[in-house]
Amino acid sequence: MDHQILIAVLLLSPLLGFLINGFRFRSQSYVIAGTVATLAVTVSFVCSILLFIELLALPAESRRITAHFFEWINLGDLNINAAFVVDQISSIMLLIITGVGALIHLFSIGYMHHDKGVTKYFSYLNFFVFNMLILVLGDSLVTMFVGWEGVGLCSYLLIGFWFSDSAKAAAGMKAFITNRVGDAAFLLGMFILFMTFGTLNFYELNALAPTTMEASWLGAVTLATLMLFIGATGKSAQIPLYVWLPDAMAGPTPVSALIHAATMVTAGVYMIIRLNPMFVAAPNTMMVIAIVGAATAVMAATIGVVQNDIKKVLAYSTVSQLGYMFLAVGVGAFGAGMMHLMTHAFFKALMFLGSGSVIHAMHEEQDIRKMGGLRKYLPVTHFTFILGWLAIIGFPFFSGFFSKDEILWQSFSSPRGHTLLWVAGALGAVLTAFYMTRLMALTFWGKSRVDKNIHPHESPWTMTVPLIILGILSVISGFIGVPHAIAEFMGHIPNYWQQWLAPVIRPLPIEELQSVTHTLSEEYMLMGISVFLAMCSAIFAYVVYTKKKHIAENTAQSLKPIYNLLDNKYYVDEIYFGAIINPLVKQSRNLWYYIDVNVIDRMTHVASDVATNGGKLVKTLQNGNMQQYAMYVSLGLIIVLSYVLMR
Amino acid sequence: MNIGASSSILSLIIFLPLLFALVISFWPQRQTLRELALGFSLIQLAVSLLLLRDFDSTTAALQFTEQFTWIERFGISYFVGVDGISLMLVILTTVLMPIMILGSWKSISEQVKGFHVALFVLQSAMLGSFLAMDAILFYVFWELSLIPMYFIVGIWGGARRIYATVKFFIYTMAGSLLMLLAIIFMMRLTPEVTGGAISASLLDFYKLEIPFIAGDFFTPQTLLFFAFAVAFAIKVPLFPLHTWLPDAHVEAPTPGSVVLAGVMLKMGTYGFLRWVIPLFPDASSHYAWLFIALGLVGIIYGALVAMIQPDMKKLVAYSSVSHMGYVILGLFVMNVYGMGGSLYQMLNHGISTGGLFLLIGMIYERTHSREISKYGGLAAAMPIFTIFFIIVTMSSIAVPLTNGFVGEFLILMGAYQYSFTASIFAVTGVILGATYMLWMVKNIFFGPAGEIVKASEHDPEHRLHDMSKREIAVMLPIVILIFWMGLFPNTIMDYSKQSINHLLQNKQNYSLEVK
Amino acid sequence: MLETSMFSEIGLNHYLVLSALLFTIGMAGILLRRNLIVVLMSIELMLNAVNISFVAFSKYNMNSEGQVMVFFVMTIAAAEAAVGLAIIVSIFKRFKEVNIRFFEHLKG
Repeated sequence: MDHQILIAVLLLSPLLGFLINGFRFRSQSYVIAGTVATLAVTVSFVCSILLFIELLALPAESRRITAHFFEWINLGDLNINAAFVVDQISSIMLLIITGVGALIHLFSIGYMHHDKGVTKYFSYLNFFVFNMLILVLGDSLVTMFVGWEGVGLCSYLLIGFWFSDSAKAAAGMKAFITNRVGDAAFLLGMFILFMTFGTLNFYELNALAPTTMEASWLGAVTLATLMLFIGATGKSAQIPLYVWLPDAMAGPTPVSALIHAATMVTAGVYMIIRLNPMFVAAPNTMMVIAIVGAATAVMAATIGVVQNDIKKVLAYSTVSQLGYMFLAVGVGAFGAGMMHLMTHAFFKALMFLGSGSVIHAMHEEQDIRKMGGLRKYLPVTHFTFILGWLAIIGFPFFSGFFSKDEILWQSFSSPRGHTLLWVAGALGAVLTAFYMTRLMALTFWGKSRVDKNIHPHESPWTMTVPLIILGILSVISGFIGVPHAIAEFMGHIPNYWQQWLAPVIRPLPIEELQSVTHTLSEEYMLMGISVFLAMCSAIFAYVVYTKKKHIAENTAQSLKPIYNLLDNKYYVDEIYFGAIINPLVKQSRNLWYYIDVNVIDRMTHVASDVATNGGKLVKTLQNGNMQQYAMYVSLGLIIVLSYVLMR
Repeated sequence: MNIGASSSILSLIIFLPLLFALVISFWPQRQTLRELALGFSLIQLAVSLLLLRDFDSTTAALQFTEQFTWIERFGISYFVGVDGISLMLVILTTVLMPIMILGSWKSISEQVKGFHVALFVLQSAMLGSFLAMDAILFYVFWELSLIPMYFIVGIWGGARRIYATVKFFIYTMAGSLLMLLAIIFMMRLTPEVTGGAISASLLDFYKLEIPFIAGDFFTPQTLLFFAFAVAFAIKVPLFPLHTWLPDAHVEAPTPGSVVLAGVMLKMGTYGFLRWVIPLFPDASSHYAWLFIALGLVGIIYGALVAMIQPDMKKLVAYSSVSHMGYVILGLFVMNVYGMGGSLYQMLNHGISTGGLFLLIGMIYERTHSREISKYGGLAAAMPIFTIFFIIVTMSSIAVPLTNGFVGEFLILMGAYQYSFTASIFAVTGVILGATYMLWMVKNIFFGPAGEIVKASEHDPEHRLHDMSKREIAVMLPIVILIFWMGLFPNTIMDYSKQSINHLLQNKQNYSLEVK
Repeated sequence: MLETSMFSEIGLNHYLVLSALLFTIGMAGILLRRNLIVVLMSIELMLNAVNISFVAFSKYNMNSEGQVMVFFVMTIAAAEAAVGLAIIVSIFKRFKEVNIRFFEHLKG
């Protein structure tokens, strides 16, 4: 019972924050709004820690705390409850969401203090946290879907937060609709699962998940998981539905940190890990996931190389890193995917907040070509940003190193992996190192290109404290899940992460695992190669963008077509608009014009014209000549009489 | 006094509005007319809530029945009763009434008395058609509802009101004449089951076994099925019989649009549920594919066409076509999810589309324009209005935790159970629905200040006031219902579960007990 | 008894033929003549043609109902003539016209 109260407080505290700030949305007092909102999330964070401690106290096999509040939809065989569950997977998500969330709320107080809509902003942010908590805690796919759509709604509202800019409002709409495409598939996936297994509860589904692998592409499990995965591509910005995420950078920067880096976009990965027994049973789906993940990782990284907007670089980097997570779950390395989800939440939130601090200092300037040399003005931001940078490029013993290395190794060694997947992953890592170093070099290092009217200054403590905390987490968080090979080398550190998740992760079938054997030396070699290449790439980028700018310019000149292709993001937006959206709108107009106006209404008018014209025809009989009327009467009489007489 | 327990509560519900109409038409004071009408509608709501309180949701039987002979020779009687299918629609009607009266407080300034009389007569007719259990009685109420609506659009409507109202009238009339023919035909069949006497009672109709030959169009059941189905399909309106709706909506005054979208369209879907499916089970199953296909076409077509409408009301009208397509889809997939979802979606659509029309009415009162392109940046000028509009929009595009989600989710699930292909088409409606609604929201509320907002900034006379207390009072019940129905759907679905299960389990030989 | 009557050669049919002729003349007058007064007179003619049939039937059927009816018809004819003439007079005063073709207000 006390669990139930704990979970209720955890959920309702951000909701309450949302309502309080929502009802006083006109207020411009950023102190009150910020305090209320941050406190609300902090309360949730405390609850999350308490729940985590309680989980720790339980035996590993039965680590599960459930809270059943009320029956939500009951019809036929469908029983969906407002019930929430905290277990190994969701407790990690809880800590990330509320912990990083609280830091970002704190950061926002400083970042948004000048904004007129600050109260509204904080209410949306709280509402987002509420929905995100529902998403991770829901005990069935439908409850998850509530949060799933709810975070989409908050994302819509927050991207379009500065709605008077038409482009920003459009970006919000784009995010919502792209997500809706995924959600439609998600719904179908749910239906297939429900009609096949008769339940939508995660635990029941996982227990019912077939242990024999489904070979067919059209089997129920494969189809259902594919549909769910399409849903995930929408929410987690994977090919083909990633297009909304770069545009989503129109929102305030802390929003990008919270929603579009740390939490919401990882929902797809979370969903797959939640249902991992189901996905394991569908090797074809897993293959698709791995390929899409790897392709996204590489493609987004290539676009990131040429972006000049600090947030756009980070956005494409997010898409790319999410690709890694999908690559991981696609090859069956659910633990590694989850691990990368966490480390990425730390270092990417850190870097987004850092970019926020930069943008704040630069008076809303986001173009990195107009920055440079910011190191001396923003020491804290610069230092923490370096931590994030080292984590993301996989510098040894930073958090990103452990998680990314594990993913790369699994993509090679897992029975569902492939050498090409490893190659793609390694290529992505090289590109990541390049563009992140480029970002660092252009923003913080080298000569200052800052406009003379702008005087950058370090941000207030509300903004730097979150940076420092996230910086520390980016450094150390990797050590809770040290991969086997490195652990050997570092003196047998236990892999707490794998141990923690083991009860809820279904391993690949034993016969598959036995079919491949890999040695430790292979692992060292591959790790060495990828780290070495990434470091070379980072050094190269450092040299190019601090000392020898002309190399970059010359390369861009000589590879003009490729540069343009990347600069225009492979023209994907143009293709979507040109091939789908614009024709659809145009055809809709034709549809309306030809079917409604020209067929249905015309037919109606023809019918009414027949009546009118018929009336006009008969009207001539009534010409006002009374003698003629009398004539009709007499004629009628004669006809009737003759009929009667002759009968 | 315990009105609810007395057996004549249904007659009270049906005829109280007529009495109110009479009192209003002789009321001497012009100033207090609106207050009086509002009070009356609240009394009516209270009476209907008594019905809700005393309703027994554990049975599918017909409750609170009353039967008096009306025209003995033809077996026509005044026969009313309520079950889980009609109960919620009755409540919907009585709930929307005070909201509509409060919503028309400012917008109707001429012939106020006549307007309220028409509104109450209309309410009486709609309630009568939901509660009538006698075919002729049903037909009388069905037709009666046309007349006040005709005047509401024709007198208080917009510029092309005569065209719209005549179109509306003729479309519906054409359909209902077919229905009348079918009713008379069925009455002639009833001696088979009553032992010699003609009867117009629906319960006797249910007992009829009308011959059906699959594939042969000219068999009695098929013909009767189509006669009824066309009448109801026009009212729903089902593609391709929908073109009267956008015209009627655009020209109708705000309360007219609300009642049209909120309740009158439901008379069509209710007709399918109460008459067509139980009376003609073989034909309904055999031709289900046709109605499912038309429903799907309606969903997608309505959404696509809504996307390009320049007029807010027309956009919402086409969205109605799309939403009602879902209802038809849910009814004809004939499983518990589809039907339960459909019944729920009828209420949702009444509330959310009604809410949208009310909101559009409020903005129209201020600016006298419904052209989307003239707006833009309204969110800055009218923040409270924006909040309400977005909440209702979310309900309309079925975001979870609003009522729309529950209905749409169940219907889609029902569609999946029927066929995978159908559900694929149906879910595209989910995407398109978000597209046109958000497009409208974006162009009205977001972006730089548009023509109207700019004009209001410079001209103190045209300043845009945010929602008044009265307007908030209009919208608040709608918003509460949206969230209540989204969070606790069981509290509402429980009333109809028995009736729906009963219908699905006894489709071939449907009958209703009288309790 | 009737055979000895002086009218024995003249049977019912003679009266009916006379009545029909008068009726037809009256009808032709209504249909063809333009003058309102003549039309009114034609109506009187038709009424009286009917009266002849009534009397003839009364005589040959040996009951008096037909003759009673004739009184009714005469009364109505008188009333109708009075009202009709009054209308015609007022029409003439107003329009200075008695030609029936002039009055086409019922035109559809």
